[in-house]
Amino acid sequence: MSDFSTNGPVYGLMAEFDSAQELVAAAHKTHAEGYRKMDAYSPFPIEGLAEAIGFHKNRVSLVVLIGGLIGLITAYSLQYWVAVITYPTNIGGRPYHSWPSFIIVTFELTILFGGISSAVGMLALNGLPMPYHPVFNVAEFAKATENKFFLVVESSDPQYDAARTRSFLSSLAPRMVAEVPS
Amino acid sequence: MATNTQIPVADRRVPVIAPGYTFTTITEKVSNIVLKRPLSLGWIFGFLIVFGMLNMLAGVLGYLFLKGVGIWGINIPIGWGFAIINFVWWIGIGHAGTLISAILALLRQTWRNSINRFAEAMTLFAVMCAGTFPLAHMGRPWLFYWMFPYPNTMRYWPNFRSPLVWDVFAVSTYFTISLVFWFVGLIPDLATMRDRAENPFVRRIYALLAMGWRGSARHWHRYETAYLLLAGLATPLVLSVHTVVSFDFAVGIVPGWHTTIFPPYFVAGAIYSGFAMVLCLAIPIRVIYRLQDFITERHLEISAKVMLATGLIVAYGYGMEAFMGWYSGNQFDSFLLWNRFHGPYRFWYLALLACNILIPQVLWLKKFRVSTGWLWLISFIVLVGMWLERFIIIVVSLSRDFLTSSWGMYYPTKWDWMTFAGTFGLFLTGMWLFMRLLPSISIFELRTLLPEAHVHEAEEVKQ
Repeated sequence: MSDFSTNGPVYGLMAEFDSAQELVAAAHKTHAEGYRKMDAYSPFPIEGLAEAIGFHKNRVSLVVLIGGLIGLITAYSLQYWVAVITYPTNIGGRPYHSWPSFIIVTFELTILFGGISSAVGMLALNGLPMPYHPVFNVAEFAKATENKFFLVVESSDPQYDAARTRSFLSSLAPRMVAEVPS
Repeated sequence: MATNTQIPVADRRVPVIAPGYTFTTITEKVSNIVLKRPLSLGWIFGFLIVFGMLNMLAGVLGYLFLKGVGIWGINIPIGWGFAIINFVWWIGIGHAGTLISAILALLRQTWRNSINRFAEAMTLFAVMCAGTFPLAHMGRPWLFYWMFPYPNTMRYWPNFRSPLVWDVFAVSTYFTISLVFWFVGLIPDLATMRDRAENPFVRRIYALLAMGWRGSARHWHRYETAYLLLAGLATPLVLSVHTVVSFDFAVGIVPGWHTTIFPPYFVAGAIYSGFAMVLCLAIPIRVIYRLQDFITERHLEISAKVMLATGLIVAYGYGMEAFMGWYSGNQFDSFLLWNRFHGPYRFWYLALLACNILIPQVLWLKKFRVSTGWLWLISFIVLVGMWLERFIIIVVSLSRDFLTSSWGMYYPTKWDWMTFAGTFGLFLTGMWLFMRLLPSISIFELRTLLPEAHVHEAEEVKQ
């Protein structure tokens, strides 16, 4: 895997590390070196790793807020429309707009819509489901879901240069550096 | 990292994960249960039994649909009977799963990481069992969709002021969110299974379910936000579900139902029975699958303490019910109190007090909290006790209400018992398959329990 013989288009260069500490340190150095199109892969969430590669904020909470609000408005307006406008019924002499009774369904649908949008929003923002991704072409990457840590500098980065980037990554003392075929 | 060698005083208890594990050995140990462990005769034998019970459920429900609810023991005045008793009981069982996975996640109780997965699975199957009963009780279950608001040719809409409609929304939301939460938690582990499976067909299935998860730092960042928000949403949800279930009773005017203590008392009872079920399952599972290193004595002891605490809240609920029966001066409420101790169901009420209040007090002693045999037995007694509580609330109150001319007795028939037993078939078949098809412990969350997973540990200790 670690020779230059691959001829096809290249997705980037992958460095493999043994520990979370090494990966975070390497990610910091690579980002400081000026690389931006890069990603780090680990078998569990590592605190500070996303920040190290320059990813600070995600929009999942915004999606959940919007989803929850849609649920809230849907539920309350549906109940109002049913109970007051289209199907008014006298239940024990209560007013048609008996809002305390409508709170439960409003609450439940807020949670339902918010919860579903958090899962769907997270997957959509992550671009999942994605059956194919170039990193899977490297055989060692199978350990990324077990015990190994990977850093990938993508060839689309303006600073990317096959030889220079490889020697830079090698300077970070990885277990190996491999070319990722696209 | 020199600080790693000093163990803080607070952590000199039994650890939540036995020492000596690495990322690799954790992964192997949990995934091999599914991928490597051969089918044992015991598993097949047990599966045949529980699957047989599931088929019995299908049979009795088929007969019920053919003949109607008249085959059950329900009558007027006791129109609710087993169906609602079992519904409330099963849905309560589910609550422990969400409590462990959501509330304890928010409270950063990392010991939960090794029991949340199977507790969530337990929740899903318990809610399925619970849902079976109101559906079967409907009389014409094929028209269940009438409960949902949708434009129809009858030009009818549900009455949103009815607790029974609230229940539909609460329970269906609960099931959906529990499923979503469980599946989101599974995604990284499904990727691990994909990368470890040797059989190409098995690998393909895990690959489909993992949806191409590759552990990218950006993905983890969004994943953790989503998981935290789901936990934050599931927390008020789980508290609301049994609250809404208790509204089915509390909004009615029947003596013994019409009380404001019902919501907190139901939620505490739900968590009480749920933890009892977690222990009833965890104690045998950790032995059969040799998971004592991950589900340690500490987990069992904490669960026992939660059971003790929620049991005391339930005891307070009983005490308040009795106090209000006397203090309100209401003749029907004080009659209910008398009727519980002296009426035709007195034996069951005394059994309930013994199972739910008296016997679990032995959990004050550490000896009983760490002895798996005793703990299993006490948990089983609590499960029986909580079932009796639902029975007492529904049957005793309905059997003798305001007018003596409308009093009656309730006797469950064999069909009632077979339906109840059948739902155990549904529940256990689900658990049986889950244990062998999916990683029963969250592998990636276990990895985060190892000291080498914490990059900033040295800094945190300094602060």
